[in-house]
Amino acid sequence: MAAKTSASPAGRPFDRQAMLKEAGATGLVIFALAFGLLGFRTLDVPGGIDIQYRFGDVAAAVAIGIVGRIALILLRERRPLPVLLTAPPLAVVLLVVLLSKFLFGPETGAELMRFLPFESLVVMWAILIVIVVLGLRAARVHTHMTSVMTAEERDARMDRIGAKVQRAARLLGPLLLGIAVVFPFLPFADRRLLDIGILVVTYIMLGWGLNIVVGLAGLLDLGYVAFYAVGAYSFALLATGLDVSFWVALPFAGLMAATAGVLLGFPVLRLRGDYLAIVTLGFGEMIRIILLNWYEFTNGPDGISGIPRPSFFGLALFKRNVADGHAFHELFGLEFTPIHRIIFLFYLILALALVVNIFTMRIRKLPVGRAWEALREDETACRSLGINPRNTKLTAFGIGAMFGGFAGSFFATRQGFISPESFTFIESAVILAIVVLGGFGSQIGVVIAAILLIGLPEFFRELQQYRMLAFGMAMVLIMIWRPAGLLAHREPTIRLFGKGRAKEAEP
Amino acid sequence: MQNTFAYFLDQLINGLTLGSIYGLIAIGYTMVYGIIGMINFAHGEIFMIGAFISIITFLILGLAGITWVPLALLIVLIAAMMLTSVYGWALERVAYRPLRGSPRLAALITAIGMSIFFQNYVQLLQSARNKPMQPVISGGVEVMREGDYVVSLGYMQGIIMVLTIVLMAIFSLMIARTTLGRAQRACEQDRDMAALIGVNVDRTISLTFVIGATLASVAGMMFLLYYGVIDFFIGFLAGIKAFTAAVLGGIGSLPGAMLGGLLIGLIEAFWSGYFTVEYKDVAAFSILVLVLIFRPTGLLGKPDIEKV
Repeated sequence: MAAKTSASPAGRPFDRQAMLKEAGATGLVIFALAFGLLGFRTLDVPGGIDIQYRFGDVAAAVAIGIVGRIALILLRERRPLPVLLTAPPLAVVLLVVLLSKFLFGPETGAELMRFLPFESLVVMWAILIVIVVLGLRAARVHTHMTSVMTAEERDARMDRIGAKVQRAARLLGPLLLGIAVVFPFLPFADRRLLDIGILVVTYIMLGWGLNIVVGLAGLLDLGYVAFYAVGAYSFALLATGLDVSFWVALPFAGLMAATAGVLLGFPVLRLRGDYLAIVTLGFGEMIRIILLNWYEFTNGPDGISGIPRPSFFGLALFKRNVADGHAFHELFGLEFTPIHRIIFLFYLILALALVVNIFTMRIRKLPVGRAWEALREDETACRSLGINPRNTKLTAFGIGAMFGGFAGSFFATRQGFISPESFTFIESAVILAIVVLGGFGSQIGVVIAAILLIGLPEFFRELQQYRMLAFGMAMVLIMIWRPAGLLAHREPTIRLFGKGRAKEAEP
Repeated sequence: MQNTFAYFLDQLINGLTLGSIYGLIAIGYTMVYGIIGMINFAHGEIFMIGAFISIITFLILGLAGITWVPLALLIVLIAAMMLTSVYGWALERVAYRPLRGSPRLAALITAIGMSIFFQNYVQLLQSARNKPMQPVISGGVEVMREGDYVVSLGYMQGIIMVLTIVLMAIFSLMIARTTLGRAQRACEQDRDMAALIGVNVDRTISLTFVIGATLASVAGMMFLLYYGVIDFFIGFLAGIKAFTAAVLGGIGSLPGAMLGGLLIGLIEAFWSGYFTVEYKDVAAFSILVLVLIFRPTGLLGKPDIEKV
């Protein structure tokens, strides 16, 4: 790598030794991090565990870390040329090797793949992306002769992008809706794709529900899944125990979840933000433990099975042979296929999600919605202006919980089986990640984030095991780069004097 | 049987052992909160990483033929402390330092992100299965006998308690007497002022994370030795309980963290002993909620005035 430190156009003195020292320190830290957990792998063997060594991977990680650090230092010191010269060929070589299976056939591909430092292809693709990003940044530094953007510049730029997306949302929203509506009838929409679609829309709905609490009212709720669980269990118990139909049980489940939200929220909503977050996390776990252990009521870890499927608005059932009443395919004179039910479920969750969306868009403009936005920005000021913080927060909490409950009932009826396993903290974290990544308060951001975070890993199975790893990393990076969320929408929905005049008033 | 004194004594010993582990983790939460005012949600994961490094070191030592228990324990202790402290340092450097001075919620979301990241990192590298380990130290001293109910203090439990007391003594001395401790207390009171009088704030905060991680790694080793089985998810519950301990004792207060840890350990042990084992986690969570609602400053904490 010594070649990388060659002469550069900028006339500033350049301390090559300091750079190597810094890179060496990085290497040392990465070695210490990787040595224990990456270097040795505990293998499960009968009667105990064995150890496998992976020192090659450690060496590769250290080398990549050192090279990457040198590249970053060079960019910081405005000497982009070495990076600019090495990154593209490296990226091309890596790309060719990664695609060699398709380019030269499976055998040559396997030969070439063996030269890669890591076995996991996902990791190698990630490294490729990093190389490309470094190369692009080097090009930017080279042409502008400026160092990397400052935080303010970047923030302003992202703000502009965010605003653009918001404007585009007016077009994008109907477009996405149109795609969603015709989606089940597209020729390639098979059972698997429809299932993924249902899952994505469920998470969009949950994200929109949580967006009311986190994005609009600014209350970090780490136990949102509790209300999802309350909705699912209320529905399941009503449907299996009392034989209540889906359309009757749905409002009840929402009501139960909202009640749970208000009951849990009442004592804790006066707490400060981060304490509130931890307490909601505690509540979420408590509800899960109760569901797990209250055997007589919830059937404990075995869960509730045999939850009835929804009927076609109480008119017809999605079955081949129906003893009394009608079957869906007979009602419409169609050939029976089980996919009818799936399509119906897809439209059902789509409609539920749209209800949440329309509700949110409308309530933002009502006094209570504006009070949420104000409360998010400054609680003390709100209090002195006569807004009752607790009641305002309670409405947000209760409404968010209600929508969580609706989504929970849908989950129960779709799965036909629920158990406490489905309602862990990880689930809350996933929903929160969708809201955070999408940008607090941005409805279209939630949609994009849900498609990226839920749809993509479902589609590419190989990504599945890296999904949560990437979630965690993305949450950290976004908070560092853009704490307001990628497509943040923190503009007040309604301004007293309209946008132009408010701008003038600012100094 | 539940009414005998022997049974009570048994629960007391269990509770104190558990409380020692929680106390060691709680110190990390309370120190970080004291100095930069954020909840380091990923601290439980640091504890879990400490446990994993311990089990790996034990296995390597077993393969290398070092079976003399005191030596093996010492090597594992040192390896776990050193390697885990690097994780604590890197956590602060990568995830928290860029966010210093940003809103509390942004820092909390980052911490949750790091927690998820660490869990899955360990799961990917070491698989999601339980990792069992043969007991290293067995046996114990008989404390009391009542009928045929024998209360004994296991050597393991003794070692955990003694080690905790020693570590806490060293740690308290360090905070009270050394330059680092003084710098830390100065940063806790006023970071800008401390920087003006020549305290290296960045370094002090980094060292705070390193110390917290070191203590958590010892707790991880103890957890491994005491329960004999670990997985990638142990940091979540232990972390929340230790955080509860820190809040109960008064977050930001070091003696409070130790006291809170012991109390949570005792409550959990007695709850499982006298009520139901299933709901022992609910007990910890309820305490967390109740303390935060009725006494957010905890037992030994100072009131926190929110400035506009």
